[in-house]
Amino acid sequence: MSTPRKQVILGAYLGGVNHHTAWWHPEAGSQIDFSSFEHTARTAERGRFDFFFLAEGLILRERAGRVFDQDIIGRPDTFTVLAAIAAVTEHLGLAGTINATFNEPYELARRFASLDHLSGGRAAWNVVTSFDAFTGQNFRRGGFLDPADRYVRAEETLNAVRALWDSWDAEDVVADKESGRFLARPDAGAFAFHGSQFDISGRFTVPRSPQGRPVVLQAGVSPQGRAFAAANADAIFSPYGKLPEAADFYRDIKARAVAAGRAAGDIKILPSASFVLGDTEADAIEKYHAIRNEQVTGQTALILLEQIWNRDLSGYDPEGPVPDIDPDPDAAPIIQGRAFLHQDRFATVKRLREVAESKKLTLREVVIDQFERGPLIGTPAQVAEQIDSFVQNDGSDGFIVGSHLVPSGLDEFVDQVVPLLQDRGALRTEYTGTTLRDNLGLPNVRSATAVSNAKGL
Amino acid sequence: MASNPLHLGVALDGAGWHPAAWREPNSRPAELFSPGYWTDLVATAQRGLLDFVSIEDSLTLPGVPHAPSDDAVDRVRARIDANLIAARVAPVTRHIGLIPTVTATHTEPFHVSTAIGTLDYTSGGRAGWQVRVSGTAEEAAHFGRRALHDLTPAEIAAAVASGTFPDQVHELFDEAADAVEVVRRLWDSWEDDAEIRDVSTRRFIDREKLHYVDFESRFFSVRGPSITPRPPQGQPVVTALAHAPLIYEFAARGAELVFVTPGRATGPRAIVDEVAAAAARVGRTGEPLRVYADLVVFLDTEEATGPTRLARLNELAGAEFTSDAAIFAGSADELADLLAAWSADGIDGFRLRPGVAVDDLAAIADRLVPALQGRGVFRTGYPEGPLRALLGLPSDVPNRYATA
Repeated sequence: MSTPRKQVILGAYLGGVNHHTAWWHPEAGSQIDFSSFEHTARTAERGRFDFFFLAEGLILRERAGRVFDQDIIGRPDTFTVLAAIAAVTEHLGLAGTINATFNEPYELARRFASLDHLSGGRAAWNVVTSFDAFTGQNFRRGGFLDPADRYVRAEETLNAVRALWDSWDAEDVVADKESGRFLARPDAGAFAFHGSQFDISGRFTVPRSPQGRPVVLQAGVSPQGRAFAAANADAIFSPYGKLPEAADFYRDIKARAVAAGRAAGDIKILPSASFVLGDTEADAIEKYHAIRNEQVTGQTALILLEQIWNRDLSGYDPEGPVPDIDPDPDAAPIIQGRAFLHQDRFATVKRLREVAESKKLTLREVVIDQFERGPLIGTPAQVAEQIDSFVQNDGSDGFIVGSHLVPSGLDEFVDQVVPLLQDRGALRTEYTGTTLRDNLGLPNVRSATAVSNAKGL
Repeated sequence: MASNPLHLGVALDGAGWHPAAWREPNSRPAELFSPGYWTDLVATAQRGLLDFVSIEDSLTLPGVPHAPSDDAVDRVRARIDANLIAARVAPVTRHIGLIPTVTATHTEPFHVSTAIGTLDYTSGGRAGWQVRVSGTAEEAAHFGRRALHDLTPAEIAAAVASGTFPDQVHELFDEAADAVEVVRRLWDSWEDDAEIRDVSTRRFIDREKLHYVDFESRFFSVRGPSITPRPPQGQPVVTALAHAPLIYEFAARGAELVFVTPGRATGPRAIVDEVAAAAARVGRTGEPLRVYADLVVFLDTEEATGPTRLARLNELAGAEFTSDAAIFAGSADELADLLAAWSADGIDGFRLRPGVAVDDLAAIADRLVPALQGRGVFRTGYPEGPLRALLGLPSDVPNRYATA
């Protein structure tokens, strides 16, 4: 008997507030009307996806003190939209980014546990920490968090939230009309958590939710981030969309999880990818280049480089060479409110110059070439093959896919690629599990007591 | 229909407002945290053509108001987030207003603003906010960011008698007033036509129509603009429950609607006057604050009269039911008489608190509403439009930042 084929986990993201989302396209819809979220979520569920993923906004991005005006902007509150999507889907997981810096554990635990109840066990939390004073301007405590403490903040937040979730056991609500007993024990929901970030205690209001603990997602590339995710997360966003570095990352995370006392399958590894489909490979590549050409205008290219150089580059010609001056890491940030992913400015600049030199590219062409990681391009059969073989070769456990076109972009993926993945036996044809944890193949933590016993706590 | 139609909403709280409500035959205590229970309740309210449902919430276990959580196991000692209940219900309802309770004390005004603003999007312009202040030591300990001390019963009694509250209470309501102001500014921080999608200049937004709110007070500062565009209603409906002149002032500063609790014996006249005086003291101009009376109701059903039901519930609970609001037990016609009398005494609308959620909400929809319709004082169908219009509030709300 052969072992069952490794199943591809699929998530769907809605285009973000950046230059990737083609608001100028004739078919582009609203980024804020509920109908856009509903359409994408229903499409994902039609394609038997595991979950829908929604990012979060905390402040509008600015360049040199002015709000960006050329990219799509405007986001909803993550929780509110996910709870509404729960009403128009039945099986789809509902994952959202919520910041651990500008939220307190009591509210985080309460809202995710409530979402889990209201969706019948489909909630997932992507834990992130911000630490910049710019974002802090919209919140009570301002930029209070020392960047060096961000993993401490993340870890304590997660531990505090889990302590709150675990303060109720699955059997605590008896609700026996006859005897008049509502609670099984008088101290249901009692909790206390003391750490360097939090000193909290009391009673949690939300009974244990269908998943017990909603799914936790995390992104981390640095050694510290990897260690945190491997010990704490149910799934990790991988930045690697290409073999072999993706497989190295995969092995490293799974090994770290095992070292932390978990099973390798208890943590899932998921890169995100855009996709472009065509009737032929050449057609798909041509469409991809046309889309990239529209996404990266001269102005967009300059702004993307300004974030790396941290200098005003508006005097440079986008159709000319890459700027010959050095980055200015010590100046006040020119671009604010956007995640900065380039760890070493000088190394990135060096790489961009080398690529421009060897490929004979202009400034804008270098951005087009270098600022996209691992897109899925080809005929539907080729894209299905890329996804499946990547997963079977342990590049990842699946993909989070999204289109440049909101909200209809996911339709062609679901209509054309999903059936091929199903034919390969790599994707379910019907949902089998009840909760998101079931569908992802994660351990059942319905009972708080069982979780504590298993961990020897 | 009469020129001043009656406005009617309900306040939903767990299995109902009586502590033994969950034990009634039709109650669904094991489902209080499930979506089906809430969608059924709101669907019933919408069947009754009600203006809105409000959904209670608190950052402590429900129980005795203003008292620390105790060890009682015979009552509903749990609740889930009200804004998310409203969000879950929004796509499966069409006309009824959705007013979740959200605390202003320990929460981030920025998050509250986007949460209620987003509810306005997902509901197509039906969102409101019942502002709550969380003043107990227990709630403060859940957040660990500040120390609050519980008022003693004697302090509460003295404050109610004299109308003078301890400084801590003034602080909490001043802070909540600032939260309301920030939330409202953030709702206005995008002008309605800020999104231009001008392909020729490749500009998505006219950034001259986005505004920093630059709010600073001794409690917090918030810069803005919001991340969420202006909600469909412009300004979702802000409401608050109030029992004393200090709180009437709070409502008059920032709310469209205040829920008050007149006694059966005295009637609402004195409170209506007090609210008007509070509004004058804080210098409220423009739209008058609408005054809605709260009543806990136990209506006659097929199976028993309201008074019989209340007596049975009291027996189950082992105590006489008491409430901050007047308690009504009787027939739909008697209640319709009471509402008509209070309307004539200056009340703009009513919020009924069903003693038993399933039973009394059904009786409101199927008995009270027809009785009111028969008197020609209640709508016979929903008009199209946002919650503001349904409530008779101006639906074209000027944006404080708009220049054109």
